[in-house]
Amino acid sequence: MRRLLLLAALLLAGPALALDPAEQLRDPGQEERARAIGRELRCLVCQNQSIEDSDADLARDLRRIVREQVVAGRGDAEVMDFLYARYGDFVLLRPRLSAATVLLWATPVLALGAGLLLVLAMRRRAGVAAGPQPLSPEEQARLARLERAP
Amino acid sequence: MNPVWRKRALLGLPLLAAGGAGLGFLAMLRGLSTGNYNPHGVPSALLGKAPPEFTLPALAGSPQPAFGSAELRGLGRPVLVNFFASWCVPCIIEHPQLMALQRAGVPVFGVAYKDKAADALAFLARRGNPFQALAADEPGRVAIDWGVYGVPESYLLDRQGIIRWRWAGPITEDTMSAELQPLLRRYSA
Repeated sequence: MRRLLLLAALLLAGPALALDPAEQLRDPGQEERARAIGRELRCLVCQNQSIEDSDADLARDLRRIVREQVVAGRGDAEVMDFLYARYGDFVLLRPRLSAATVLLWATPVLALGAGLLLVLAMRRRAGVAAGPQPLSPEEQARLARLERAP
Repeated sequence: MNPVWRKRALLGLPLLAAGGAGLGFLAMLRGLSTGNYNPHGVPSALLGKAPPEFTLPALAGSPQPAFGSAELRGLGRPVLVNFFASWCVPCIIEHPQLMALQRAGVPVFGVAYKDKAADALAFLARRGNPFQALAADEPGRVAIDWGVYGVPESYLLDRQGIIRWRWAGPITEDTMSAELQPLLRRYSA
């Protein structure tokens, strides 16, 4: 029974966040919103973590700013805009579509397009190489001459 | 196309691609060594803009006056704003270059980032004080308004007070000769 309980506790345990309990907002709804926003924001110091996951000082400061603004009643987009104005595309884990990021967003489509073109070209070539081609009128005339020849 | 030529072209294609990739890699390595290419660098969102509105207190015990966005307007000459801290090791590396700038008459405005006043003062007493104005940002909030993500970090403002250049990391001798000095010449003219 104890083992079962232990197993259940291990399985039910959520992922550990860098968040200090003291940082959390008292209102669970607001805290949930702040976390959702934080998960979209990149820690500028340890760059492959969101600010919710990072232990860096700057990430802690940014979490605090997000929470302050959530409490102040700002919308998600407003909070994101606040940080976007300071840190640019880099702070967004899902960068916005702009002239600078269009290649980033278009790469999958471009790669798919290039692959399709390649497949089409190969299929066309395979088609050319495959079956026998019909004779051209000159070839037919020549064949007829050869057949008529004694 | 002639089949022989076609075959040659097809053989040459991978060679060409490999050559191109090699050149690209070489350019990347060169950029890494000169500091022009930094894969972790966060480009500043403030280039071409005026600095954020802010006021900061002076560093307690320092003779240098504090400064805010008002003091950065209408200086009529380029100014370097430098975020530093006594606990920051790269700041020690950078420090001689800031001293050189001061000797050359370039105004350098310092912001002590998340530092205790006594520690920052001791740091400057030991290594020299290159700053014409010196403010303290102990909570580090104004730094976030500037888009600072680590110290040292420096911003060059032109004569109109517009941010023209941002350098994250220590300003070395190479940074001075390759980047900052040409920019200073350009924006002083």
